[in-house]
Amino acid sequence: MKSFSRVLAIVKKEVRQLRRDRLTFGMVVGLPVIQMLLFGYAINTDVRHLKTAIADQADTHLSQQFVAEVRQTQVVDIIESVPTARDLEDLLRRGRISIGVLIPADFDRRVNDPARAAVQLLVDGTDPTILGVANQLKSIPFGFDSTQYSPTGQSVIEVRPFYNPERRTPVNIIPGLMGVILTMTMILFTAVAIVRERERGNLELLINTPLSSTELMVGKVIPYIVIGMLQLALILGVGRLLFDVPVRGSVVDLYLAATAFVAANLALGLLISTAANTQFQAMQMMVFILLPSILLSGFMFPFDGMPTFAQYIGEVLPNTHFIRLTRGIMLRDAALAELLPDLFYLIGFTLVAMTVAAMRFSKRLD
Amino acid sequence: MHSDYAIEARGLSKHFNELRAVSSLDLNVPRGQIYGFLGPNGSGKSTTIRMLCGLLTPTEGSATVLDTDIPGNAKDLKPKIGYMTQRFSLFGDLTVFENLQFIAEIYSYPVAGRGARIDELLGKYNLVGQRTQLAGTMSGGQRQRLALACAVLHHPDLLLLDEPTSAVDPQSRRDFWENLFRLAGSGTTILVSTHYMDEAERCHRLAILDHGVKVADGTPQELQDDTGMHIVEVTADDPYAAQSAIHDLAEVASVTQLGVRLRVLMPESIDSPVAIVERALASREIKASARLTSATLEDVFVAVTLRPPVTQ
Repeated sequence: MKSFSRVLAIVKKEVRQLRRDRLTFGMVVGLPVIQMLLFGYAINTDVRHLKTAIADQADTHLSQQFVAEVRQTQVVDIIESVPTARDLEDLLRRGRISIGVLIPADFDRRVNDPARAAVQLLVDGTDPTILGVANQLKSIPFGFDSTQYSPTGQSVIEVRPFYNPERRTPVNIIPGLMGVILTMTMILFTAVAIVRERERGNLELLINTPLSSTELMVGKVIPYIVIGMLQLALILGVGRLLFDVPVRGSVVDLYLAATAFVAANLALGLLISTAANTQFQAMQMMVFILLPSILLSGFMFPFDGMPTFAQYIGEVLPNTHFIRLTRGIMLRDAALAELLPDLFYLIGFTLVAMTVAAMRFSKRLD
Repeated sequence: MHSDYAIEARGLSKHFNELRAVSSLDLNVPRGQIYGFLGPNGSGKSTTIRMLCGLLTPTEGSATVLDTDIPGNAKDLKPKIGYMTQRFSLFGDLTVFENLQFIAEIYSYPVAGRGARIDELLGKYNLVGQRTQLAGTMSGGQRQRLALACAVLHHPDLLLLDEPTSAVDPQSRRDFWENLFRLAGSGTTILVSTHYMDEAERCHRLAILDHGVKVADGTPQELQDDTGMHIVEVTADDPYAAQSAIHDLAEVASVTQLGVRLRVLMPESIDSPVAIVERALASREIKASARLTSATLEDVFVAVTLRPPVTQ
């Protein structure tokens, strides 16, 4: 009972301090929103509106139809028409365009000749994603029915993407981004939580009171679990509003998974806090967690495509497991019961990290 | 077993790697008294206080604090002691009231009496007007009163104060000591470290620490009566010249200038100290008068912290 009220005292104090700390308070709301906008809008791996120039040397009915077809994909923005291949090369070199479409004078005849390419794409190969887009475009000329001189509207290769038919990046990115944002803010808050009190001298006072290490740790974690839940609601709201990201599974499942994940990160933050001597050191250590959480968790690159040893590192990180949970629940309508191993990992991680943190935090100064 | 002493330390030592911060310290602090630790920075005052409240583990030796053996049972000791750190250690971003409330909650002060106790402390420590002010925005004196109020909130039997007045003005220091006497009067034992002579003089008993070693221990009066030194006071028109005349005498242990006066310390074993000083002054034709006087606490401090006294 005494223990409970002491934990409550810490919680109350933390909330009061947080309310007066404008910067931290701003980060609770600002960080998720800014990250969402950054990742949602700027980091877009499905490329559209590539600047393109066309040299239509045939200028026939058929070639014009082809140009219209290319324009319709929206993958390219045709910003200029030039007479020669040399002009295209020139624009490419100067960085004015990413793709040059060269339609030779004998376009109509080439279309009918399967042995010869009808259209030449001049591509800025410095960016591999653009090269990928060019390969996508390559399929267009084959859609012409060579006997009728008119488009059949059929593609030779049909792509049918599941779960994200529009192939929009935000849908794929936001469940993972939730993990990254929560990792960032939760570890940030708790990593400095103990160190800050050590720097300000508060700790010397606290360890001279009947307060136990565990009470201090638990009291510090509780307010941030609530903040984590608020952030999750914020991310889901913005995701829905701006990027139309669905939650196909159960919201309750999603919150349960997030609670386990938030707790795991807070425990990890506390662990950092017991190891660092200054807030600056705590920040440095945080970077070591944050970078792999972005790069090796399956958020940026497909997990299965990573080298084995990178996968091992990824498996340790809470974010990897959380991303599996959120993608499952939000996009594939999976139930939490079907994803138990990842949930159990997060719970186990929390318990271990909390125990080690409480053990490492001694009530002594030496 | 109830001891007459609030603190009994036997051979307490603390080494940080090569540094011997405290060496074989024996200490007996009677209950209900103000016991002072006098010593320069780095003399081991803070380290000793931290060992006594269980914050540091002694390298050697042991102590019994309020009938509790430490470092073993430091946990049982926490509710019975109040500790005021050298640095302000309350929460600058909480108000005065919130800080007191937090301390009350942490010490599980009975909920029913909590509000009344906080009001009482605000009144006693002259903080009524600062009730809703953030602790971080207060003056040094106000912070120090708040720190003391927080340290005594749970009615501790023993108060450990680590240089509590190092950051406040003389008036605040006077008020602070008034509060300490009131607390001692109501039965609280107080261990206070300081490097101010006037504060040391106010203590019931005093230990002088130097480089981690206790070099003197007793009431201020006892210490002043028993310096082992003659104190010769020299008044000169040119005290600087007088000082250089006396300083190199083999019999002189130390010379301290106080305005136009010099305080000259010479071992007690020397006969007719005044004559020796007068002869030295006369030989350089310096106009000055010398007389034997009684020791102040400052003299005591200088005497006991000297390097091994000059040979006779």
